[in-house]
Amino acid sequence: MENKLIMILIVVIGAIAISQLVRVYELTAKLRKHGEDEIPMRDNYLNSKLMLAFMVFQFGGFIYLMMKYGWTGRGPAASVQGEATDWLLNINFVLVIAIFFLTNFLLFFFSYKYVKKPGVKAYYYPHNNKLEMLWTVVPAAVLAVIIILGLRTWNEVTSASPKDAINIELYSKQFDWTARYSGGDNTLGRTDYKLILGNNELGLMTAATIDSSIMAMRQGAGGILDIKKLLNNRDTVLTDSLTSVLRKDLGSKERLLRLLTQMKSTHNASLDKHVYDDIVQKDTLYLCVNKPYEFSFRSKDVIHSAYFPHFRTQMNTVPGYGTRMKFTPNKTTEEMRTIKNLPTFNYVLMCNKICGGAHYKMKLMVVVLAEAEYNAWMKSKASKNFKATYFPAPAAPAALEAPAKDTVKNAMN
Amino acid sequence: MASAAHDVHSHDHHDHHHEESFVSKYIFSQDHKMIGKQFLITAVFMGLVAMLLSILFRIQLAWPGESSDFLNFFLGDQWAPEGVLKEDMYLGLVTIHGTIMVFFLLTGGLSGTFSNILIPLQLGARDMASGFLNMLSYWFFLLSSLIMFLSLFVMNGSVFGIDFPGDWGTVGNGPAMAGWTVYPPLSALPQAVSGSGFGMTLWLISMTIFIAGSLIGSLNYIVTVLNLRTTGMTMTRMPLTIWAFFVTAILGVLSFPVLLSAALLLTMDRMAGTSFYLSDIMVGSEMLTNHGGSPLLFQHLFWFLGHPEVYIVLLPALGLSSEIIATNARKPIFGYKAMIGSILAIGFLSFIVWGHHMFITGMNPFLGSVFVFTTLLIAIPSAVKVFNYITTLWRGSIVYTPAMLFAIALVSTFITGGVTGIILADSALDIAIHDTYFVVAHFHIVMGMSAVFGMFAGVYHWFPKMYGRMMNNRMGYVHFWITIIGAYGVFFPMHFVGLAGAPRRYYDYSVYGEFDTESFNMIMDLNVIITVFAIIAALGQLIFLFNFFYSIYRGPVAPQNPWKSNTLEWTTPVEHIHGNWPGALPVVHRWPYDYSKPGAADDFIPQDVPLAEGEVEH
Repeated sequence: MENKLIMILIVVIGAIAISQLVRVYELTAKLRKHGEDEIPMRDNYLNSKLMLAFMVFQFGGFIYLMMKYGWTGRGPAASVQGEATDWLLNINFVLVIAIFFLTNFLLFFFSYKYVKKPGVKAYYYPHNNKLEMLWTVVPAAVLAVIIILGLRTWNEVTSASPKDAINIELYSKQFDWTARYSGGDNTLGRTDYKLILGNNELGLMTAATIDSSIMAMRQGAGGILDIKKLLNNRDTVLTDSLTSVLRKDLGSKERLLRLLTQMKSTHNASLDKHVYDDIVQKDTLYLCVNKPYEFSFRSKDVIHSAYFPHFRTQMNTVPGYGTRMKFTPNKTTEEMRTIKNLPTFNYVLMCNKICGGAHYKMKLMVVVLAEAEYNAWMKSKASKNFKATYFPAPAAPAALEAPAKDTVKNAMN
Repeated sequence: MASAAHDVHSHDHHDHHHEESFVSKYIFSQDHKMIGKQFLITAVFMGLVAMLLSILFRIQLAWPGESSDFLNFFLGDQWAPEGVLKEDMYLGLVTIHGTIMVFFLLTGGLSGTFSNILIPLQLGARDMASGFLNMLSYWFFLLSSLIMFLSLFVMNGSVFGIDFPGDWGTVGNGPAMAGWTVYPPLSALPQAVSGSGFGMTLWLISMTIFIAGSLIGSLNYIVTVLNLRTTGMTMTRMPLTIWAFFVTAILGVLSFPVLLSAALLLTMDRMAGTSFYLSDIMVGSEMLTNHGGSPLLFQHLFWFLGHPEVYIVLLPALGLSSEIIATNARKPIFGYKAMIGSILAIGFLSFIVWGHHMFITGMNPFLGSVFVFTTLLIAIPSAVKVFNYITTLWRGSIVYTPAMLFAIALVSTFITGGVTGIILADSALDIAIHDTYFVVAHFHIVMGMSAVFGMFAGVYHWFPKMYGRMMNNRMGYVHFWITIIGAYGVFFPMHFVGLAGAPRRYYDYSVYGEFDTESFNMIMDLNVIITVFAIIAALGQLIFLFNFFYSIYRGPVAPQNPWKSNTLEWTTPVEHIHGNWPGALPVVHRWPYDYSKPGAADDFIPQDVPLAEGEVEH
C-alpha cells in the first residue's frame, strides 16, 4: 500500500515538474521571433549531426554485438543438415549485412549532408528511369541467387530419409516429451489416442491394449457403467448442471466406445509385433553419432514444436496430424563440450510453440553418443521394450480377453 | 491560398452554418476530421496499455522470479503475488500486447486516424462518401477496444463480478493466452490454459466487432477515393499518402473477412462442439471425441489475413513518410510512378506469401518452396521504395521537423528490419530460427518500429491540421532521440538472443542454465539490457503525451500552411468547418510534388495553382 502511494506521488510530482518547465519554456518562446513552423538553423544543424551520430551508434552497436556474440551464439551446427544451413546462413548474412551498411550509410549521410543551408535550393529531380531500372534489376538478380541457393538446401533438408535411417517417434504433451525407439525391426508400431490408458501412455495399438481400453471405457472408474449408475440412482438428487455434465460425458464416452469397438473389429493383430519391441524413453533422448535419423512427431493435446537449436532444425507437432523431419547428428556430446570448452554442455530439445503456462520448461535432454556407447545403451534398453513393460506377467493378456468380449456385447445392447 | 480565398457560398453546401450540439460535434460526429481524432485518441490509449503490458513482461524476463512492487501494483495479488508474475499471466500479457499493437494501434489507430483525416482533405472532398458509416466504423472500433481492454480483467469467468448468460462466462481466468495468433487447439480448449476460457471468448467477440468496423471504414475509404476526387485530381495526381491508404483499404476488404471466418469457425469449435480445427485430442486425462479437423486450417486462414495485415500496418506509414520526406527535403519524391507501382506490387504480392509463416508446421515442403519464391519477390518493390527515398534526400534542402526525423528513421528501420526478412523468408534458414527472438526482432523493427515511427511522423506533421495548433518542436526532438535510441536498444540485441537460439514466449530463460551456461549468461545479460532500454523508451513516450495534450490546449495557433506544403489540406481554414472549404472546392492543376521547381519564385507550388504559361507538368 505504501509503495502504491509513493508511486502515485512520484507521478504527480513529475507531472507538476514538467508542466512548470513548460511554463518557463513557453514564456521564453514568446520572446523569440520565430514560431514552431520555422525551424531555427541551429536546431536543423544539430539534428543533422545527430543523424550522423546515430549512424555511428547503430553501426558501432552492431559491430560490438557481432564481435561479442557473433551469429552463432549457440555454437557450431551439430548435424550434417545443420552445417548446410549454417553455410547458407553465412552467405545470406554477408549479403544482408552489406546491404544494411550501404543503404543505412547513404540514408544517414545524405540526411547529414543535405541539411538546409542558406541560399542553397534543392535540386528538382523527379525521376530517372535508368536509375529506377537499375535498382529493380540488381535486387532481382541478387534475390535470384538467394532463392536458388535457399531452395537447394531446403530440398536437401526436407527430402525423404535414406532407407537405413533409424525411426524414432517424439511424442509431445503439456509439458514434456517422450521418445519412442522403433526397436530391432526399425518399424514404429501403430498408435491411437483413444488407447491412452494407464501404462500405455502413448496409446500403442495391440489387440490387448484395445481390449483394455474398451474395458476401462465401459466398466473402469468413471466409465460408462459408473455414470449410468449415478444418473439412474433414484435415491440421490443431482443438480441440473451436474446432470448435464454427466450426460455430456456419457455421450462422448459412448461414442468413444463405439469407435474402439470398431477399431477392434478391423484390427490386424499381425502388426502387433511392431509395437512389442518399441522402447519408450523419457528424460533423455540418446542418439548415435553419424547415423541418419527419421523423426516422426505426434501431439496429445495442443500444438508443440520440436526445436533442436544445435541441430538447426525444428518441426511442429500437431494433434491429429503426423509430421516428420530428419537429421544426422555428426558431433557427439563430448566432442561438442570440447569445442565449446564447456564441460557441462548438453544438447537439448525444446518446445518452441506456445503451449500453456509451463511452456518454457518443456524440454528433453539430448545426448549424442559414439557408436560403441550407443550400442551398449541400446542393449541395456532391449529388455525394457513395450512388451516387457506393458505385460509384466505373461498371463495378463489372456485374463483381459474374457471380460472384454462381454463389454462389447453389453455396449451393443 | 488560392481557393480558400474564394468568395462565395455556393448552394450545394449550406449545411456548415448549422450550429452543432456538443453531442453531434464531439461524440456522435459524422465529420471525418473529428472521427479521425477520435480514432487517434482511442489508439493512443490502447497503445499505452499495450506498452505498459510489454514493460511488465520485460521486467519478468530481465529479472525472473524477483519480486517487483511495480508488477504487484499493476497486476495485483491475483497475477503477481509477492510481486512475481505468474506463468499464465505472462502469456496473457504477451498475447494482449501483440493483439493491441497490431490491430488496435497500428491498424485501427494508424490507418483509421490518417485515412479519415487525409483522404477527404487531400482529395478535395467535403467529407467521406458516407459520414454515417464512417461514424459507425469508429464506434465499432471503440466498442471492440473496450472489450479487448476489459478482457484483461476476466476472473472466474466474469469481468468485475458481472456474470454473462449461458456458457459464455463460466470458466477462465485472465485474458486470451494463446499468443496474438491464437492458434487452436490451445485457444479452443479452456482445459489447456486458463486464458482460453472467457478471456478468449471476449477476444473473439472483440475481434469480430473490430473486423466489422474495419470493413465499413475500408469500404468508405475506397469509395471516397474513387468517387470524390475534386476536379483535376486524377489518380496519378494523388499524393502517395492517398495511394497508400487506398491500397491498404483494398487489402483490408479482401483479407479481414477471412480472419472473420477463421474466428467464427473457432467460436463454433469452442461453443457448438464442432471439429473444424480439432482432431484426436486428449487434454490431461480428458479424451475428446473431436475428429477430422485440422489446426493447420486455422493457420492458413489466419495468415491469409495475417500477412496482408503486415502491409495494412506498413503501407500507411510509408505513405505518410513519402509525403513528409518530400515536403521537408523540399524536393519531389523521386520516382512517383515507381512508388505507386511498388505500393501496388507489394499489395498484390502480400496475398500470396502467407505460407512463409508455416514452413515448419508440417506443410508440404514443395508448397514451402513456392512461398519462398513469392516472399523474396516482395524484396524487389521494397528495395525500389528504399532507394527512391534515399534519392529524394540526395541534394535536398532538408528541414528537420520532428516529423521529418521520424520519417527518415522509418526508412532506416524499414531497411534494418527488411534485410532480416530476407533470411527468414528462406525456408532452409527459417527452420533454424523460426519462433526465436530473431523473428521477434525482425517484425518489431520492420513492422512495429516503422509503423509507429510513421504514426508519430504523421501526428507531428498533421497536428496543426487536426487541432489548429502547433506542437512543441524541441520536446519533439527529445522524444524522437529517446525513442529511436531506446527502440534500437530494445530490438537490435534481440537478433543476437535469437541467434543464440532463445525461443520466443518463454517465461523464464533460466532453463538455459541446465544445459548451456554460456548461452544462459548471454541471454540473461542481453535481456537486462533490452529491458532497461525498453523502460527508457517507454518513459520517453511520456514526453510525447505531454506535448500532445498540452499543445491541444496551449500550443501556439497554427498558421495556414506551416510546412509550406503543396497538398490540398493546407488550403482549408485552420478552424475546422463542416464541409472543409468555405467556398467552392479547389481545382487541381498539378501533381503534389512541385517542390523547388526551377523557374518558380517559391520552393513550393500548391496543387491548386494553375500551370504558368509554358510550364510543363513534371
